Formats: sequence, structure tokens, C-alpha cells
Amino acid sequence: MLTAILVMVAIAVVIGLVLGWSAIRFKVEGNPLAEKIDAILPQTQCGQCGFPGCRPYAEAIAKGEADINQCPPGGEEGVKKLAELLGVEPKPLDETHGIPKPKSVAFIDEQTCIGCTLCIQACPVDAISGAAKQMHTIIAAECTGCELCLPPCPVDCITMVPLAEDLPHWKWKHPVVMLKEVS
Amino acid sequence: MSRELFKFKGGVHPPEHKAESNTRPIHAAPLPKKLVIPLRQHIGSPAKPMVNVGDRVLKGQMIGAADGYISAAVHASSSGIVSAIGPAVVPHVSGLPDDCITIETDGRDEWIVHAPIDYRAMEPADLRMRLRDMGLAGLGGAVFPSAVKLDPGATHPCPTLILNGGECEPWITCDDVLMRHHADEILEGVAVMRHLLGSTEILVGIEDNKPEAIAAMQAAAQKMDFAIEVVAVPARYPGGGAKQMIQVLTGKEVPSGKLSTDIGIQVFNVGTAHALARAVHHGEPLISRLVTVTGHVLRPQNFEVLIGTPMHTLITLAGDRDGTTGVLMGGPMMGMPMPDLEVPVVKATNCILVKSNDLFPPLPKALPCIRCTRCADACPAELQPQELFRFAKAGDFGRAQEYHLFDCIECGCCSYVCPSHIPLVDFYRYAKSEIWAREKEKRAADLARERHEFRQFRLEREKKEKAEKLAAKAQAKRAELAAAPATAGAPDVDAKKALIAAALARAQAKKAEVAPKNVDHLPPDTQREIEEIEARRAKIRELAHQPLESEEKKP
Repeated sequence: MLTAILVMVAIAVVIGLVLGWSAIRFKVEGNPLAEKIDAILPQTQCGQCGFPGCRPYAEAIAKGEADINQCPPGGEEGVKKLAELLGVEPKPLDETHGIPKPKSVAFIDEQTCIGCTLCIQACPVDAISGAAKQMHTIIAAECTGCELCLPPCPVDCITMVPLAEDLPHWKWKHPVVMLKEVS
Repeated sequence: MSRELFKFKGGVHPPEHKAESNTRPIHAAPLPKKLVIPLRQHIGSPAKPMVNVGDRVLKGQMIGAADGYISAAVHASSSGIVSAIGPAVVPHVSGLPDDCITIETDGRDEWIVHAPIDYRAMEPADLRMRLRDMGLAGLGGAVFPSAVKLDPGATHPCPTLILNGGECEPWITCDDVLMRHHADEILEGVAVMRHLLGSTEILVGIEDNKPEAIAAMQAAAQKMDFAIEVVAVPARYPGGGAKQMIQVLTGKEVPSGKLSTDIGIQVFNVGTAHALARAVHHGEPLISRLVTVTGHVLRPQNFEVLIGTPMHTLITLAGDRDGTTGVLMGGPMMGMPMPDLEVPVVKATNCILVKSNDLFPPLPKALPCIRCTRCADACPAELQPQELFRFAKAGDFGRAQEYHLFDCIECGCCSYVCPSHIPLVDFYRYAKSEIWAREKEKRAADLARERHEFRQFRLEREKKEKAEKLAAKAQAKRAELAAAPATAGAPDVDAKKALIAAALARAQAKKAEVAPKNVDHLPPDTQREIEEIEARRAKIRELAHQPLESEEKKP
């Protein structure tokens, strides 16, 4: 009887030690849930959700401090994916944070630009090239369309241009199948 | 000479309709007034324009240079003046415009200086670059740059070279007539391929419904100084697909997601071999090709067509008829409907198929899928088309990929056999392009994340650097201060006080210097006015210093 108890206690201690050691040895850096949420977010870095970037929003969702429907660039589809990941019911986008818009990139009217660098400082992804008193230009391939460069511009020379459909970006549409009526 | 042949699973037997066009000789299409040459005629990066509007170009002159490794040049198909460089409608199902170079031809058809290439004396890499600059791309339909396919690389030796003369798609006969009339030149092209790839076994696969082509190729093969085996393969659609041809001839299957070079086999279309021979032995870049014009026309036949010729001129040449309901580029199984007949013939144009209600009655309306799995029986890629359809329709692209959507070769056998007439291939194309678009979006998001994170890091670093710089400056100042009083021997506090006093003195001196200048040399009446004002001010000041009477009494 006593031996049995001792053996069980010994096993418990050993397993406990192994678990304790592995908890330290294989500690996961950062919050894996926030990582997964961040991977779903569109990385526009626009701050429309009320957080300074996608990563802080992801962390807030992971902590339960923010709702999943605050990201207009992600759209309904993004909400659906987040709901699937978190095992909650999807809900409509919260329109107080903005409404989804077609994907656009910023465009600087180079005739009007005075070279004040304010937009460069505002761009979250460093997609504007230029220097003080030099003309600025958007690097279109890297622009996320966050619109953060619009308010600081003192001469309102930045406009958002929706991306036109061209051959490399053309997609096959969902086929419209004319179903025959069956009575 | 008999070779053990293998079978691929599935396939269909659509009516061939080859006899309409393969009996007439090849006609050279007349020079059109205007040539529209798209810069994107191949897979990979589009060519970069090398000419300006108003330039005179000669036949065979490179007008668009290859941009990158997977790319090919484009050339002027005839001499003339460049009249436009910019978007024009191209043979694409979307009808969207793409960048093209338009040439107004001058009718002289004047060649640029060109000479044969001594390919045996050239470094293989140089030869490949030369072929890339001659615009060679696969003429079977996929238009993959041939120079890339001719690079065996260190890891992929290609002991087997297959020349694909299958041409399994109904109606199309351009490869058939090419083999009948130019068998020798095709095999000369094969000799160059063999030289570059180092292949030891050369097979020519031709479907057995082309006996004249097989005879011509066999006769030509006798004359070559290396062994070429011309094999008649049973005609069954899509036996001319590269993967199916490999399986029939060698019994080997290209694994999912791999290339045929991974199993030591390279496949070229007969048209590509012919173009290669023209390039090497005549120095002619790829500026023309054989095009079958067939279907609802008076004289279905094959034309030798300059790249850039508008399609409607060819239809007129073959005799257009009333009752045309549409035009396909390619065959009835895999062809793409053309949005406009102004579109030019490009390197990928093997056939212009004119449709009419008699030849191609409109498809009956689709019925729901009854999961009869006839499509699965017909699928040569051994997929489950009914499942792929279900996932694509529901937008469940992840599952579609699990069911190997990307092994689908879009041959159209499933749609052909579907008793419910569902346009299945359209669904697979839709799913594929959605997946590609999502992958592109994902890459863009990853880039944005990376750039944002780097920006955060950069701002942090700049802040730290600034703080460090300020600290270093303060440190230097303190050291300077410590050094100055040390010589005077005075304590630290006094030194600070002295410094403050000196600063104050400097400030006062500066203030004195900038005395107002508008009170110098004034006229007497202004001077008097100023004096009056000063007197009033003095009085007010005096009053302000006298305590008020009421206040005096208060305490």
C-alpha cells in the first residue's frame, strides 16, 4: 500500500518536473493567437479600427478588448475569417469605423506638391519617396491605400485613385449558369 | 519499328472536323495595312518597347526587348512606320486592352540584315539569349519562352526529348499541314534542341488520324544523322496535351506540382521546332506562324500569317458567311471567345474558329449536378471534377486545392460529357484566378507588414539616436565647463553664475543694438507728439504708483 503511494507520488513528481521544464524550455514567444489574427488582417495600417496599426488591433482582439468587426478594409470576408478563427458568430461591419471602399492607391499631383514631407512622415509603410523641398511620389506597388497621407497635406495635392482592372489583374468571374426550370 | 505504347485515363472522342482545312495548300496571308503587335505574347514579363512613335522599322527588327529571364522579344512583322505605342484590344477573353506597338506597313516588306547562326560554335547560354531575343515561344498554345525550356540546368538533364505533333483538338490542322510540308525544317529545329538539351532519345508523337504527316516526318527522319523515332499514337482527346503525350509514349507520369523536366523529359510543339529552325538557319525571328481558319467560312484552310495581322482580314480571306455567331481563338474544347475581330493574330493563335448555330448549336441551359461522375471518368488528369465544381461554386477554394485543382489542364472533357451541360471548366478557371488573386493579396499584405514593422523599428532607432546625440552633446559641454574653471581654480557654482551673467550681458548688448530706427531724424511736429505721449505715459505711471485713497482708508 505504502509502496504504491510512494511510486505514484514519485511518478507525479517526475512528470511535474518534466512539464515544468518543458514549459520554460519551449515557451512560445509572443501571443500565437495575435499572430494568427494579424495574418488575417489586411495590413493596410490605416488605423480605422481605432488602434495604431494592424498588429495592435490583433493584440486587442486576442485580449478580448476589441470587437472583430472594426476593420473596413478587411470587409465582411475578413470578419468572417476572424469569426471562424475565434469560434464566434460573424457580425456585420461596425460602420462607425468606416465603410469598405474599392482598393485604391494614393496619387500625388506633382504640379501642386510643395515638398513639405508631411505625407512622408504620415505614411505607415514608407511608400512615399521624396525629400524636403523636393517633389514627392507614391510608390504605387507599396501603397496600401490607407489614406493617412491625405489629412496632413497642406495643399491637398493627394488623391486616391481606384485600381483599374488591367490584364495582369483580371480575374475570371463566377460563371453565371442559366439553370433550366424543372417543374 | 514498334514501340510499346501506354494509355492515359479518361479522354473523349469529339468529332474531328480536320478534313475541312487540311486538304488545301498553305497560303501566305497578304500584308495588312496595319500590324498590331502586343508586347505580352508569352508567359512571363511583357517585352519592353524599344522604338518610338514615328520610327521606321524593318521586317524582323526587334521592337520590344525581353525583360527578365522568363520573357521573349517581339519583332516588327513587316517594314513600316510605328504609329502608336499603347493600349489596344488584344486576343484575350476579357476584352481588356494591353500595351501594343502599332505599325503602318509601307508595302515594301523590307528585311533587316539577318544571317544564319552557327549554333554549334556558340556557348549554349549565348545561344539561348539569342533565341530569347528572336522571340521564340512555344507555339502549341501555352507560349512559354522556349529559351527557358532549352536550359537543362545542372540538376535537370533531359535524356528524352518529345516533339509533340498530337494536335488532338478538333478543327485545328496547322501542325498537321506544317508536318506535311515542312518536315525537314522541323527536324532541323529538333537538331538544335538536341544540341542544347543533350537528349539521347528523340520521339515524335503524332496522332494516328494524320497518316500523311506521319509519312512525311518518317521520310524526313531517315535523312537526319541521329535517331528519331516517329510514333503514331491513338487519337483520343486530349492526347496532344504534354502530360498525356509523355504518358502515352513513355508510360511515365509527371507528378502533381512538378514539371516534366523533373522526370527527365522535355516536350516541344512541332511549330516551335520549325520556328527554331527558321531562327537558326535563316536568322529570322518569330514574326509569322501557321493559323487554321476554319468553321463557318467558305474556304477553311491554313494561312502563313504575320504576327499582328487583324483576325477579321483572315476570316474575309477564307470567305466569311452570314450567320456567324462568334469567333474562337483555338479549338472548340479549349478555345477562347474573341471580344472583337480587330484583335491581332499573336504567337499563341493556332486557330481561328468561326462559329455558327449549325456547327455549334448554343448549349442547352444547365441542369443541377446529379453527381453521375461521368466527368470523373473522362478527366485525363484523374481528378474529381464534380467535387471541384462543388467547391469552386461554393467559394471553398482551400478544399478545391486539396482536390488538386491546379492539376486541371482545362481540357474541357468534363464539360463535354456533362449530361447537365454545366460549364465546369469555367468554374475551375474562376477558382484558379481567385486563388491567384488571393495569393497576390497575401503577398502584398506581407510586404506591407514587413515595411510597417521596419518603419516602427526605424522610428524607434531614430529616437534613440537623437537621445544619444543629445546626451553626448551635454556630456561634452559639461566636460568643457569642468575644464574652464579648473584653470581659474574657482568652484563650480561660481563658474555657472559667471556663465549666466555673461549670457545676460550678451543678451542686453544684443537688445541695445536693435534699438528702433523709426525714431531717428524725425520732423519737429512728430517729435513734439512723441514727447506729449511720453509725458502722458509718465503721468499714468505716477498715478499707478500712488495708492488709491479708498484703499488707504480700509485697513
